[in-house]
Amino acid sequence: MNTRANNYFDEMRIDDVKIRDIYQHYQQWQSNLSSGTLERKSAEAELLFRRLGITFAVYGESSGSERLIPFDIVPRIFSGSEWRKLELGIKQRVRALNAFLHDIYHDKEIIKAGIISETQVLGNAMYRPEMQGVNLPNHVYAHIAGIDLVRVSENDFYVLEDNLRTPSGVSYMLENRNTMMRLFPELFASHAIEPVEHYPQMLLDTLREAAPVNVSNPTIVVMTPGSYNSAYFEHAFLASQMGVELVEGQDLFVHQKKVYMHTTEGSQQVHVIYRRVDDDFLDPLAFRPDSTLGVPGLLEAYCSGNVALANGVGTGVADDKSTYFYVPNMIEFYLGEKPLLSNVPTWRLSEKEDLKYALAHLPELVVKEVQGSGGYGMLVGPTSSKAEIETYKERILKDPANFIAQPTLALSTCPTLVESGVAPRHVDLRPFVLSGKEIRLVSGGLTRVALREGSLVVNSSQGGGTKDTWVLED
Amino acid sequence: MLSRTAENLFWMARHIERAENIARVLDVAHRTSLLPLDIEGAEAYLWYAPLNITGCAAGYEEKHGLARADTVTHYMALDPDNPSSIYNCLKMARENARSVRSAITSEMWEIINATWLELNRLSNQLNKTEYDKFSDFFDWVKGRSHLFRGVTLGTIIKDISLSFIKLGTFLERADNTARILDVKYHILLTEKENINSAADYYQWGSVLKSVSAFEAYRKIYRDVISPLRVAELLILRDDMPRSLHACMNEVEAALIDINGSAGKEARRCAGEQHAALHFGRIEDVFDQGLHEYITDFLGYMNVLGKNIRDAYLSRRDHFETFPISGAVQTQQQTMN
Repeated sequence: MNTRANNYFDEMRIDDVKIRDIYQHYQQWQSNLSSGTLERKSAEAELLFRRLGITFAVYGESSGSERLIPFDIVPRIFSGSEWRKLELGIKQRVRALNAFLHDIYHDKEIIKAGIISETQVLGNAMYRPEMQGVNLPNHVYAHIAGIDLVRVSENDFYVLEDNLRTPSGVSYMLENRNTMMRLFPELFASHAIEPVEHYPQMLLDTLREAAPVNVSNPTIVVMTPGSYNSAYFEHAFLASQMGVELVEGQDLFVHQKKVYMHTTEGSQQVHVIYRRVDDDFLDPLAFRPDSTLGVPGLLEAYCSGNVALANGVGTGVADDKSTYFYVPNMIEFYLGEKPLLSNVPTWRLSEKEDLKYALAHLPELVVKEVQGSGGYGMLVGPTSSKAEIETYKERILKDPANFIAQPTLALSTCPTLVESGVAPRHVDLRPFVLSGKEIRLVSGGLTRVALREGSLVVNSSQGGGTKDTWVLED
Repeated sequence: MLSRTAENLFWMARHIERAENIARVLDVAHRTSLLPLDIEGAEAYLWYAPLNITGCAAGYEEKHGLARADTVTHYMALDPDNPSSIYNCLKMARENARSVRSAITSEMWEIINATWLELNRLSNQLNKTEYDKFSDFFDWVKGRSHLFRGVTLGTIIKDISLSFIKLGTFLERADNTARILDVKYHILLTEKENINSAADYYQWGSVLKSVSAFEAYRKIYRDVISPLRVAELLILRDDMPRSLHACMNEVEAALIDINGSAGKEARRCAGEQHAALHFGRIEDVFDQGLHEYITDFLGYMNVLGKNIRDAYLSRRDHFETFPISGAVQTQQQTMN
């Protein structure tokens, strides 16, 4: 694998002169634009996003502050054949992850087979003993999964992490497309771009399939922690796109193990909850007693099979960064297939040898917390100062099992509009995978881009932006 | 519809209407202050009226003491410490809208959101001491409210979402018209002998202007402005869009559209008040005393507001009061 900092795969350019086939058409169009057009369109896009209120809140800043995620107007392009390959790998991975979740809450075959240790699974803080023996429709736990991918060469993609709890960002995928179509209709006329706009319909189908078996026409709701949540815009957006109610915990109550919502016409039973509230806050009777976001009795109603939650309770054990290590083994164990997408080589610092290696090579490595997300609390060795590395080292030594280390990947770059003009910036990709009776995904995903030159951190909370992602029809 | 959604729609509309009404009240106070008023302490006398109408005199006095044109204007228009300033009304309207984004159209959201963003820009520009520049600001607030109403009617589905929005709008408007009448009545009728003076003509004219009824008055009565007719126009005429009668027309219609078994008491209460306005005579109003009449009316509005809250907006456990029968449950499942 390529870990050299000065040798990145450029998704548009083969060299200074030659352009890859899939970008030919786009590049030609762009070079014909009069100067300043892209900048003007970019400002227009920002205005559009602000007017629509497509904002997110950044934790740690004063409450209620809203920011825009910067939107880059240069699209990222995949060919149809590239995408088909990725799609197969993604579906395979999600199928195995759901099989793993079903297994560890039932017969625990994978532990019996000695592939993963009992402490790794049952000792995990995200393992929910309450879920043992609970049967879910279609054996699906993670109805909505976000699989983060990075590209390091023409044909090599790695899975950076799996998001199986409440992955967010899909509204940006949809709004980015919407904005691009408004700004550049001529590009859509001259390219055959696979649509992504049917995602909400696919999500609705998936949620219908998640309903308790005896309910033929389920009432579905989206549950949000409230309008101060960082992803509130997305919750409201998805509810309105699917035409279902957006509820908060206070709108729901449990009566005789069934869930109801308060409406102007009285109480109405709810069958499927697409919840964007973490496990810990779902039910003050079962989890955190101080949670005001949840619904007392919800877990009991769920375990009784009267209401479906998407995603299910207890999925966190499978997207944990220490469990990540075993996903290729899961694919072979449950599906009898070779993994189509590779994991990033990972050192688990709970292991003596791995810890020794990592501590000796910190300036080259990326170190993450096992439970961390959103790019918070990670160390990027090559871009950190000696002092930062030393401080981080002390944190690792306090509790090595809480960390993993990976090589600093040479993330591919895409052309991106920055102050100095269009220049290459590092990107990743999050496709959104829906699991019901079948596994579905739209052709595309959310491309995140690190806007700072040389930066490899694409998270929006760390100053990353997003791009529209195109899959061209073959 | 979710009770919380109904509550937010109701308050979103109420807050916008309230912002408009505050702008109207302040605007008229400014116009009136340009007229000669031959009494001692005219400024304080005049500027207590807007504070009294909106019920924020106590909060103001604590902060600023005696009523003065510049401080009252700033306090009621832009002060974040005043819970019923235009600033806070528009802020809360946006928060209500944000909580029910999926229940309103994107055009409605864009208007409310853009209003809030623009308000922040304007409030940085408007200096306290240049309070005479506020006239443009009041026009802007009224304009945004008109725009919001127009966009709402032009884009929203005519279901109970719209009914809750109308309910909020017209309850607030009725409340405001009643308060304007009451407070101005006090000012104007303190000295009986002044009742037909020229100053009085301008004073009553300003009441009419504050509810955009000056032109309507002249069209309908083609005569000098008299207190009796002003009261008739603003209380009993149902063709006058800000009169109590016109507001109650809309409130009752909205409640009938919303229906629901829990709303019986709210509908009865609204119907009774509507009938009283429909068949009322202005002579009887003055026999009772305008102030007493309006006090009664505001009391009724409070009861009605409470009934609406209990029936539709609050989220108490409905099983206590409306147990679900087996039949209703199956119906709900098949309905969806």
